[in-house]
Amino acid sequence: MSAGALVIGVGNVMRRDDAAGLAAAQRVRSAGIDALEACGDLSSLPGSWEDRTQVIIVDAVRTGAAPGTLHRFDAAAGPLPALFGRGSTHAFGVAEAVELARVLGRLPEALVVYGIEGADFGSGEGLSPAVQRAVEEVAARIQAEVRDAR
Amino acid sequence: MAADGRRIRVDALARVEGEGGLHVEVRDGRVEEVRLDIYEPPRFFEAFLRGRDFREAPDITARICGICPVAYQMSAVHAMEDALGVSVGGQLRELRRLLYCGEWIESHALHIYMLHAPDFLGYEDAIRLAKDHPKIVERGLALKKTGNELVALIGGREIHPINVRVGGFYRVPEKADLRGIAEKLKRARDASLETVRWVANFEFPDFEPEYEFVSLRHPAQYPLNEGRVVSSKGLDIDVHEYRERFAEEHVRHSNALHSVLKGRGAYFVGPMARYSLNFARLPASAREAAREAGLGAVCRNPFKSIIVRAVETLFACEEALRIIDAYEKPPAPAVEIVPRAGEGCAMTEAPRGGLYHRYRLDSEGRITDAVIIPPTSQNLKSVESDMRQFVQQSLHLDDAALTLRCEQAIRNYDPCISCATHFLTLHIERR
Repeated sequence: MSAGALVIGVGNVMRRDDAAGLAAAQRVRSAGIDALEACGDLSSLPGSWEDRTQVIIVDAVRTGAAPGTLHRFDAAAGPLPALFGRGSTHAFGVAEAVELARVLGRLPEALVVYGIEGADFGSGEGLSPAVQRAVEEVAARIQAEVRDAR
Repeated sequence: MAADGRRIRVDALARVEGEGGLHVEVRDGRVEEVRLDIYEPPRFFEAFLRGRDFREAPDITARICGICPVAYQMSAVHAMEDALGVSVGGQLRELRRLLYCGEWIESHALHIYMLHAPDFLGYEDAIRLAKDHPKIVERGLALKKTGNELVALIGGREIHPINVRVGGFYRVPEKADLRGIAEKLKRARDASLETVRWVANFEFPDFEPEYEFVSLRHPAQYPLNEGRVVSSKGLDIDVHEYRERFAEEHVRHSNALHSVLKGRGAYFVGPMARYSLNFARLPASAREAAREAGLGAVCRNPFKSIIVRAVETLFACEEALRIIDAYEKPPAPAVEIVPRAGEGCAMTEAPRGGLYHRYRLDSEGRITDAVIIPPTSQNLKSVESDMRQFVQQSLHLDDAALTLRCEQAIRNYDPCISCATHFLTLHIERR
């Protein structure tokens, strides 16, 4: 039996705006949606969504857009753009986790990835104001997506 | 571009974790310069820790690395206990080893299957490897998952475990809680042995530099949390003497500090150093698997570190099963701690090598000074030296092949996501 929706926030809490995905996960969890937070190695993500039909990943990105800009990708439909990271010596990022799951036939029915444009990826805690607003917005959009899927 | 001059650049362009790169310059058929430039977040954390309560150090330092948080927690609690005059033994000590085994399994499985094996088999990444060999990659993922589950069971959760504290744990498991994971660890032990046999068949370049290996050595056990700091060239010191024998040097081209053995220079930490200094302390099954894979009691080819990681994964499964089998729930989850002024240090064996922490505390247990030396910065000088020798002996390769070999050679060290660079793209220019 399917366990419904899962939100996965990705980021590093000690690298300022990189924590945007983690903040979004905490936000939707307080609204009653299952959410987990991930940092560093993401190769275990496919295992975490084994019994889920709808998965939404939220990560911070840097594309040159205005801070707080939301990017949305339907990862079930096709490969993620390079901005979600490939080619690291060590880390296994969101794009790698998603593409590995695709190759192994372990993608959920619905998989959406949100990118929140960050401004400051320096050392320390706390989000930029524009990113904080984007976290609120993405949390609202995720709640709507989960509601619509029910 | 002239055939006699080449410039090799490994630009590391970090999205988040930092930036740096590797620059190799070749002129007239000789490698002239090798510069490794790596960003190093522990410096930030050392400042961040000052003024904090000693109890906060394990959870704060765990955030330095998403791959090896347990290592940071273990070095932090041992260093704090040293400063506070506390000793943690019995089943609490065993539970710490058990937790560390989980991290070794997950970290080594990740590196072997997802990051390093594709280099040896000619695949760009693990995704392409999985297209051709899904069952092999599934085996790696399952092995890694068992490591993650063990960390979550003892540490409270997989990433940044929350159950570790100075003096022990917040809660300790019942014996019955460990039964389920024991069954999974038996399967992981089999998968580890298959992993050793799989990677033993890879092709390895002839490359055996004269390293000075440095690792912990415990009188009876393969080292995880404790032991003397020893080397393959006769160093044998208590960790309290670390400051007198090791130094961190600023180098002009790098943000990171380079660790050296005073008066001797570069040294090498990590699986190959541990293995070569502690072969006799491995369980019989791991020694046998290593011999079957063609390894001697000492391994000096850094490309074969992938076999050593597989042998250590087998060890970690065996050790975890041994600890679970003998486990009895300790009467208290932690030793009582009374804050006092003091200074303490510790080194533990992170998956990728020795991780040294030193703290000074005031009378109320507030941190007044912190020093963290991660394995990747201890290896920086050896990586540079490897690249110099390896590029020199590989100049006959074309640019594409040499580029791949350089990336593979850097991955021999399993550089840490946060302790080192995140993204790595390699360019070679012929001049």
